Amino acid sequence: MSQVQPGETALPEGMKGIVSDWSSDQRAFKGVPWGKAMMWVFLLSDTFIFSCFLLSYMTVRMTTTVAWPPVSEIFALSFGGEPIPLILIAIMTFILISSSGTMAMAVRFGYQRNRKATAILLVVTAIFGASFVGMQAFEWTKLILEEGVRPWGNPFGAAQFGSVFFMITGFHGFHVSVGVIFLLIVARKVIRGDYDKGTKGFFTSRPGNYEIVETMGLYWHFVDLVWIFIFAFFYLW
Amino acid sequence: MAYVAPAPAEVEEVELYHAKSFITKYVFSQDAKVIAIQYSFTAIAIGVVGLVLSSMMRLQLGFPDSFSIIDPADYYQFITMHGMIMVIYLLTALFLGGFGNYLIPLMVGARDMVFPYVNMISYWVYLLAVLILVASFFVEGGPTGAGWTLYPPQAILEGTPGSGGGIILMLVSLIFFIIGFTMGGLNYVVTVLQGRTRGMTLMRMPLTIWGIFIATILALLAFPALFVGGVMLLLDRVLETSFFMPAIISMGEQLEYGGGSPILFQHLFWFFGHPEVYIVGLPAFGIVSDLISVHARRHIFGYRMMVWALVAIGGISFIVWAHHMYVSGMNPWFGFFFATTTLIIAIPTALKVYNWVLTLWKANIRFTIPMLFALGFIVTFVNGGITGLFLGNTAIDVPLSDTMFVVAHFHMVMGVAPLMVIFGAIYHWFPLMSGRMLDETLGRIHFWVTFIGAYSIFLPLHYIGFQGVPRRYFEMGETNFIPPSVQDLNAFVTVVAVMVGFAQILFFYNLFKSMSSGEIAEKNPWKAASLEWQTPEQPPAHGNFGDELPVVYRWAYAYGVPGAKDDFVPQDMHPDEVGGEGAHEASKE
Repeated sequence: MSQVQPGETALPEGMKGIVSDWSSDQRAFKGVPWGKAMMWVFLLSDTFIFSCFLLSYMTVRMTTTVAWPPVSEIFALSFGGEPIPLILIAIMTFILISSSGTMAMAVRFGYQRNRKATAILLVVTAIFGASFVGMQAFEWTKLILEEGVRPWGNPFGAAQFGSVFFMITGFHGFHVSVGVIFLLIVARKVIRGDYDKGTKGFFTSRPGNYEIVETMGLYWHFVDLVWIFIFAFFYLW
Repeated sequence: MAYVAPAPAEVEEVELYHAKSFITKYVFSQDAKVIAIQYSFTAIAIGVVGLVLSSMMRLQLGFPDSFSIIDPADYYQFITMHGMIMVIYLLTALFLGGFGNYLIPLMVGARDMVFPYVNMISYWVYLLAVLILVASFFVEGGPTGAGWTLYPPQAILEGTPGSGGGIILMLVSLIFFIIGFTMGGLNYVVTVLQGRTRGMTLMRMPLTIWGIFIATILALLAFPALFVGGVMLLLDRVLETSFFMPAIISMGEQLEYGGGSPILFQHLFWFFGHPEVYIVGLPAFGIVSDLISVHARRHIFGYRMMVWALVAIGGISFIVWAHHMYVSGMNPWFGFFFATTTLIIAIPTALKVYNWVLTLWKANIRFTIPMLFALGFIVTFVNGGITGLFLGNTAIDVPLSDTMFVVAHFHMVMGVAPLMVIFGAIYHWFPLMSGRMLDETLGRIHFWVTFIGAYSIFLPLHYIGFQGVPRRYFEMGETNFIPPSVQDLNAFVTVVAVMVGFAQILFFYNLFKSMSSGEIAEKNPWKAASLEWQTPEQPPAHGNFGDELPVVYRWAYAYGVPGAKDDFVPQDMHPDEVGGEGAHEASKE
């Protein structure tokens, strides 16, 4: 057991840093800009929304008296007469995870003030996101038109299957779509050089900088992470 | 001098948006102070609607045979709207949107909220939510009569008043409220965490800010549950999904619904609903601590414990929600767990009450109007808190559930008590907001009528509840177990309630008259030490602090410091100016 010297606390080094940051003036998170802090708090709140959605899904899946539809068969796609289960979802998941990679690279090039690379990567991320939403639209169309799944019922089993599916993937798809729009807006500002010149933003009426690329990235990775949970709980269960 | 000089500024000065026209200055304003006043006026206006609704219900309860103003359907609708308006659209909006916006930047020494534009949008979305709520009075079938908890299945079934457009507008309005609040709430939290002035550490913040800060965090984490519940209920109503709807026969007809879980909605609702009690309560706790300290000229007793109690109450409030659901049919072991956590929350709460009382102990109490309201708060809060211990126990709650006792309990603890603080806070900060004092005599009459009136209304309701009188009933009719004395009491309560309602006109008259012709307030009329009174102008101008942001050297409770030249030392007074031996003493915290 190590002896604690007088005037010294037994806290480990990392804890001391936290204590001194939180007991200091001006800022609790040193070096964190306002926009980034705000995004973190928002994501915490949004986590609660998605958690409530997923927990509600689990609850109704348990309370419903009718058997849950065979998920892997419904989401199978046929290639040459042979159905491959979950193939579309696998592609969608792969695309979304790849977009997180391009987003992370965009953040890095942003801090290097490499305008062109940042903007290209942001647009690539947006294209990945848009194709994700497009495939989701395709999946919805197939379910609604071919399989006859509706929010209030479906031919395979419990009505809650359709309700939960459209609600949760719809809410997630909305998040992705909003992300795509903001990615394109940020990309435009990057290529125009707004963040080098300190042009005032349209939303905050304050000059922006490349930290916004990172803030945007936080949101994008979050949406990606949420998808992993939806994928696991909805498609694999 | 033994003091530590504050660190240099970490965040460079931000350029504020300077309004040029009347519209950008007073209508679409980005100044947190203007937004605060917009929030307050909207909240109070809709609150008056809630007050009128309650008077109509009281007239029916007090004199069931004499008045035929409302029918049973109206009664349910009025109950629902009264509850929703008071809890969410008045109290939450007024404490966080009103006082939060006004006081956070001023009290932590910031020029404005961190994102003023988002802050402005927050108010306009809130106004939209209020307008949608009001619109539900004018659709066919009227507003929803589902009770403020909106429990399915009955909330969306035919036969419940307002099951047409009313319930849809109610849910849409709530969803907008949550969106608007989130935009404001993010601002409040980040301003407190990242936007403080030099020297303002978290443990030097006034308790008002701590209360609003913790309450905002609670709201950001609790409203998501209501949002999700609201969206799902809306889908059940509009698209006939069955999230909350079991197989059900309504009016002799088998409905399309089946397999949903009504208890799920209750869990979602109360996961929001219980923290909501503290979203209203914590800012009140914070503000009243400051009122007591300033008007008793004494530092708050146990500042650190007060802060940790706020944090503890906020944390525990997330694991007590099912004490609203003892009779819902959930697993009884749940009741055991939630009764335990509920009683544990009484410990930090009692700690706060003791500290308020100990602050008053041997203090130089001045019976100003804010002080009267603060004292009124302590009494009504203790009263409502003790009945909360009754209801927190599963075994006692089961017979008392859904009686007037519950009505008395929550009106006392989260209706009257926070309102006392709101009134006190308005009397306290009105000179800062308007530059003029409120009329003293009118204020005293207002306090005594409201305070005695509130007790005369809600104390008898406890007794009526013990007699087993259920709540939410339009009339009792011929009921064997209810003695005739109950009806006499109900009549008495109604008379007092209407009188107290009318007494509020005095308050509004006082507000409007004093705004234009009240006595000009001297600078810092209450001699308070916190930052909001130390601005160069009173009321503070855009940007709050003139050319240079203040530097904070001590906590906000340096009252009666021995050796200091005055009986209070402002937070931003340089230690060299404090005078004599007081300097070191005043800078200890």
